[in-house]
Amino acid sequence: MHTFSADPGTPSSVQSGLGRRLAARIAKFDARLFQIAFLATLLSIGVLLRDFSLRPEQMALTFAAGLATQWLWVRHLRLKNVGLLSAAITCFGLSILLRADTLWVHPLIAALAISAKFLIRVGGKHVYNPANLGVILAITLLPGAWISPGQWGNDLAYALWFVALGGLVVQRARRMDISWMFLACFLGLCIARFAWLGVPFARGLTLLTHQTQSGALLLFAFFMISDPMTIPNRAGARLFYAAAVALAAFLWQFYLYRPNGLIWALFLLAPMVPLLDRLLPGARHQWQPAAGLPAAGQKGDAVAPAS
Amino acid sequence: MRSSLLLSTLAGCCAAALSLSAQAFCGFYVGKADTTLFNEASQVIVARDGERTVISMQNDYRGDLREFALVVPVPTVLRKGQVNIGDKRIFDRLDAYSAPRLTEYNDENPCDRRRYERDKRSDMVPAPMAAAPAARASRSLGVTIEASYSVGEYDIVILSAKESDGLETWLTQNGYRLPRGAARALAPYIRQNMKFFVAKVNLREQAATGVQTLRPLQFAFESEKFMLPLRLGMINARGPQDLIVYMLTRHGRVETTNYRTVKLPADMDLPTYIRSDFGGFYKAMFKNQAQKDGNRAVYTEYFWDMSWCDPCAANPLSPEELRQAGVFWQGGQDSSNNSFAPPQRSVPMPPQGSQAMLTRLHVRYTPDTFPEDLAFQETADRTNFQARYVLRNPWNGSVNDCPEAQGYFQQLHVRQEKEARQLATLTGWELGSIRNRMDLRGGNFTPSGGSDGGGNGWWPWRQN
Repeated sequence: MHTFSADPGTPSSVQSGLGRRLAARIAKFDARLFQIAFLATLLSIGVLLRDFSLRPEQMALTFAAGLATQWLWVRHLRLKNVGLLSAAITCFGLSILLRADTLWVHPLIAALAISAKFLIRVGGKHVYNPANLGVILAITLLPGAWISPGQWGNDLAYALWFVALGGLVVQRARRMDISWMFLACFLGLCIARFAWLGVPFARGLTLLTHQTQSGALLLFAFFMISDPMTIPNRAGARLFYAAAVALAAFLWQFYLYRPNGLIWALFLLAPMVPLLDRLLPGARHQWQPAAGLPAAGQKGDAVAPAS
Repeated sequence: MRSSLLLSTLAGCCAAALSLSAQAFCGFYVGKADTTLFNEASQVIVARDGERTVISMQNDYRGDLREFALVVPVPTVLRKGQVNIGDKRIFDRLDAYSAPRLTEYNDENPCDRRRYERDKRSDMVPAPMAAAPAARASRSLGVTIEASYSVGEYDIVILSAKESDGLETWLTQNGYRLPRGAARALAPYIRQNMKFFVAKVNLREQAATGVQTLRPLQFAFESEKFMLPLRLGMINARGPQDLIVYMLTRHGRVETTNYRTVKLPADMDLPTYIRSDFGGFYKAMFKNQAQKDGNRAVYTEYFWDMSWCDPCAANPLSPEELRQAGVFWQGGQDSSNNSFAPPQRSVPMPPQGSQAMLTRLHVRYTPDTFPEDLAFQETADRTNFQARYVLRNPWNGSVNDCPEAQGYFQQLHVRQEKEARQLATLTGWELGSIRNRMDLRGGNFTPSGGSDGGGNGWWPWRQN
C-alpha cells in the first residue's frame, strides 16, 4: 500500500533537491484535490466533446446549492476540519451523471444529497455516496430527470484516459482494491454470460472490449464505488462488497433487463457497509493523514475503528 | 420451393418558472430530407409503454416474392391476434413528419431602422431548442412449432428451439436457404429463451391484395426487454447499413443505453444555394458525422410531441394514424389520461396534454462498430429537438439605398462567411468550392440577390 508521506513511485536517484521537495509537497495534498481536478477534466471533456445535454446554469446552480448546503451543515453542527472539498466532488459527480429538462432539479438534488451525508449516518460514517443517492432520488422522485448511461460512448482513447486518471485518483485515496475487484467481477460475469450464450471466441472478445471501453462502467468503478467514505474499512470486507455490487449490477442489467444497473446496485447494497464494518472492523479512512501517524489504511486495515 | 432467408435487419424482439421551455419561432418550411435518400435504410416503428410493445417493420424487399422469408427473434410466443398487417403509408407519414427540414427567412429592409433594430434583437435570441413441416421431425431437431397461422399475405410459424444447429437444420429442411454463419448468430437468442417469428409470403393471398410490394408486419407483445436485435441483419451485410427507428412513447425521449446517442448538429444558418439540393447536403452531413464518430453513435434526428410541430414538414399523425402506428394507449383502456385531442388542424399548436412522443433515431452500423444489439431506455427528457437548418435570403437592395445599408452589407459578408465555414465543417466539403457556389462576388458588400438559392387484447388492432 502507498502512503501519503512519500512518493513510492519516484526512483531514489531523482529524489534529491527539487524532486524531493516536490514529492513532499505533492504528498501533502489532499487526495480530493486530485479527484476534483480529474472530475473537472472529465466534465469538460463531456461538455465540450461529448454532447452532454447539460446547461451551464444547471452546473452553476448545482455548485451553488451543494456548497451552500455543506457550509450550512458544517456551521450548524459546528464541525471542525470539514471543508467544502467533498461537497465539490459531489457537485461534479451530479453534473457528470444527472440530466434534467428543468433548472431546479440539479440544485434541489445537490442540497438533498449533501444533507443526507449529515443525516443518514451509521457508526460515524455516512451510508450513501452522495452523488449516487442524489441520482437515485432524482430519477425516482422528480419529473424530468434522467441519466444517460451511454453518454460516454465506447471510444478506446477515452477509456484509457479514464483508467489512467481514475487509477491515479484512487491510488491517492489508496483504496484501489475495490475498483479492481469490482471490474474483475463484473467483467468476469460478462465473460461467463458470453460463454453461456455460445458466443464464438472472436466475437466474445469484441463484446468484452465493448464492455471494457464503456465510459459509464469505468467512471463508476474509479470514481463512485471507490469513495473511501462509503465502503467497508477492512480490505477483505471491501473485496466482498465489490463482488456483491458487481453481481447485483450484472443481474439488474442482464436478468431484469433494466438500465442503470451500476447506480442501482450501489444504492441498494450501500446499507450492507455498516453491517460489514461491524462484523469485520477496520480503520476508517482519513482524507488528510495526521502528522506523524501512518495514513489510514496503511497496515491498519485490521485495527479497531477510530472513534 | 426454396426460399432464401432474409434475416431481418431490424427486428423486434426484443415545470415551472425555471423550465427550459421551447421557443416557438416563425419561419417558412421549404424542404425535407426523408429516408428515400438512404438506399439501404430499413425502417421500424416501436410503440412502447410500460412493458407493452408494438413493433412495425417495413420491408423494402424487391425480389421474387417466392424467395422472401423473414426471421425475427421475439421474446414471447406470438399468437395470431398479436400479429397484424400494417400500412406502409404510416411509415411514409412518420417519415415525412419527422424528416430533417429546411426553413427559410428573408432579411428585412435595413433602411427600416425600427424593424432592423428589432430584428437585431431577435437575432440575439438563441436558436430554438424547442428546443418497426412435420411436428415429429421438428421435435427430433429440438425445434417446436409453437404456433402456425396466416395473417394477410403472410404464412407465419412461431418456433422455439433448443439448439441453433437444430433450428438451422429445420429451416433448411423446410426450404429456407440460410446465409453462412446463421446458426452462430441464432444461438445467443435461443439461450435467452427467445422465440423465432418466421414469415413467408402466401402468393395467392398476396395477389388478392393487389399491392405490388410487401405490406408491413406488426407484432404486439409484453416484455421487459426494450431492444432491437440488430445483429441478425449483419450476417450477410456488405458495408455500413442504415436503420431508422421511430420510437413512440408516452413520456419522453428514447435513447440507447449501450451506445452513445447524439443529437445531430442542427439549428444553424447555411448558404442559400443549399435550397436546391438539401437532400445532398443532408446525406453528406450525416456521412461526415457518422465517420467522425467512427460509425459508433446513434443519432437523434427528431424528438417532438406528436400533436404538433414547428415548422411542420408534414401534419402530425391523426389519432387513427397513431393507432395504426401501434400507439395502443391513447384514449383506450390503458390510458390514465384521456384528454388527447385530435391534432388535425391547419396550424398545429402546442398541446394541452398529448400522449405520444416521437423520437426518430438514425443508426449507421457495421458488425465491428455495433457488436451488441441496441438496448433502449425512455428518458424523462421532453425538450423538443429537430434537425432543422435555416436559409436567410439577403435583402435585395443596394448599398446606396440608405446609410444603414452599408452596415447591413458588412454584417451580411460576415454572416455568409460563417455560413460557408459551417457548411464546410458539417459536410467536409471544400471551403473554396462552397464560396464559389455562394457567389460572394469577391467579398464586397454587394448583395448576392434575394432569390438565390398476446393475450389480453390491449394491442391497437381488432382481434381476428
